[in-house]
Amino acid sequence: MKAAVLQFPGSNCDRDMYTALKRAGADVTMVWHKDADLPEGVDVVGVPGGFSYGDYLRCGAIAANSPVVASLKKHVERGGYAFGICNGFQVLTEARLLPGALLRNGNLKYICRTVGLAVEITDSPYTSAYAQGQHIRIPIAHHDGNFTADADTLDMLEGEGLVAFRYLDNPNGSDRDIAGILSPNRRVLGMMPHPERAAEPAHGNEDGALFFASLLEAVVSA
Amino acid sequence: MKARIDVMLKTGVLDPQGAAVQHALGALGFEGVNEVRQGKVIELDLADGTSEESIKEMCDKLLANTVIESYRITLL
Repeated sequence: MKAAVLQFPGSNCDRDMYTALKRAGADVTMVWHKDADLPEGVDVVGVPGGFSYGDYLRCGAIAANSPVVASLKKHVERGGYAFGICNGFQVLTEARLLPGALLRNGNLKYICRTVGLAVEITDSPYTSAYAQGQHIRIPIAHHDGNFTADADTLDMLEGEGLVAFRYLDNPNGSDRDIAGILSPNRRVLGMMPHPERAAEPAHGNEDGALFFASLLEAVVSA
Repeated sequence: MKARIDVMLKTGVLDPQGAAVQHALGALGFEGVNEVRQGKVIELDLADGTSEESIKEMCDKLLANTVIESYRITLL
């Protein structure tokens, strides 16, 4: 599996994402935001966490209009896999590759701690290695993770089984406790929690490793 | 020419920052502040003759996230 991790000025989880993909067995390339093209034959594009462009204007807004994200949109149109973690989720919503938006946390605080999540669906390339309804613990670190969408969009996400992860104890005010969602073809995922920060023994928590294992399995067998 | 863009969260979208400002005003003793909505103002210095259509496109593509925000263009 060939993976690319995008790097914007202000990205700070790019190396963690690189390492998690690498440990799962992917061949990973870092791609700078000014590069107009993704590497040839890339299967999966990861959009990492951080503060791309200093969160100017809105979190993820400037990154969503960068040259590399134009290529990412083409990759997704071709049916390619893409996932965004934290700021990466914000970038994917700003790029309209996923519905909804991420507002300031309801309590206005930057929250950095490990939270409980429920795995809501397992028939997706990102969650197949988990058990249905499994409770996992994954770190969050964000100021703007309050997922919001209009009622019709929320109903559509729930009805189509596109809510991938839900908070067990909603930390940020997200509508319907949503922590991560999928695109209608299930190849694009966005989530605020950081599975790449819970992906190896040194992290003291490997609940996120199955996220990357699922992806490898899905892409290699596809 | 100049244009001013007022960007506000849409009605119905929770504005926790506005709510915090409202509470702070109450703590200062200002009574009767029913609601505070916080937005942003963006000023554009534009080449003469820039069409309003083009400014609208700038808003839709970048300056506002129309999923959660509305905007108002004022030519100055």
